Amino acid sequence: MSEQIKKFLYLNRRAPYGTIYAWESLEVVLIGAAFDQKVSLAFVDDGVFEIVKGQDTSESGFKNFSPTYAALGDYDVNQLFVEKESLEERGLSIDDLMHLTWEDEDEDWAEKDSIRVVSRSELSEIMADQDVVFSF
Amino acid sequence: MSELHTVNKSPFEKNSFDSCMGHVLDGSAVLLYEDGVYAAIKGTAMEGKVTSAQGVKFYVLGPDIKARGIDAARLTDGIEIVDYAGFVDLATEHDKVVAWV
Repeated sequence: MSEQIKKFLYLNRRAPYGTIYAWESLEVVLIGAAFDQKVSLAFVDDGVFEIVKGQDTSESGFKNFSPTYAALGDYDVNQLFVEKESLEERGLSIDDLMHLTWEDEDEDWAEKDSIRVVSRSELSEIMADQDVVFSF
Repeated sequence: MSELHTVNKSPFEKNSFDSCMGHVLDGSAVLLYEDGVYAAIKGTAMEGKVTSAQGVKFYVLGPDIKARGIDAARLTDGIEIVDYAGFVDLATEHDKVVAWV
């Protein structure tokens, strides 16, 4: 079988704790990252709540899986697209999100931002450019 | 008869909050918990729905806003934060609970 690298986009549309979708997505992303494919994530609708900073589940009994997003860079998952319109509808801006970075080995391990805020129309183009889109 | 209405779904994903607001009466209370707490964020389309509800008291469950990284300063004015014991108190203080699940 020939080695073929495909473009995978994980489309995240759910808030983090009300359902299991967000956590399941993260699990699948980490598994998928082991297969040397070109992986990116999109956060749309309530999915933008997944990467809000300052999550503290100590009083509610949920597992706080938000620190895991910071590890994605180490798995070469460094393209996180966040839809601008979804943020604005929810009273949020990029300043409300975790600062997620990755280190570029081609540029002497320079630290770079993983999150890119894109418009709805830009995200449509990004989706059209993918081989596979997984929805959560 | 005073009622405690509870909403636990995101107002951006389901119409539970809107339906609740369409049925809540003067003198009743609305408690937002789990993903329902997203209706409490200032600067969204929900803010006006909360502030324009006359004679309705709004509460939000503290541990659930904390889990979601929502600071108390981000809540729409007039919404009171309660803990789990406060949830129980509200349930007992009202004649009945209407859950918009």
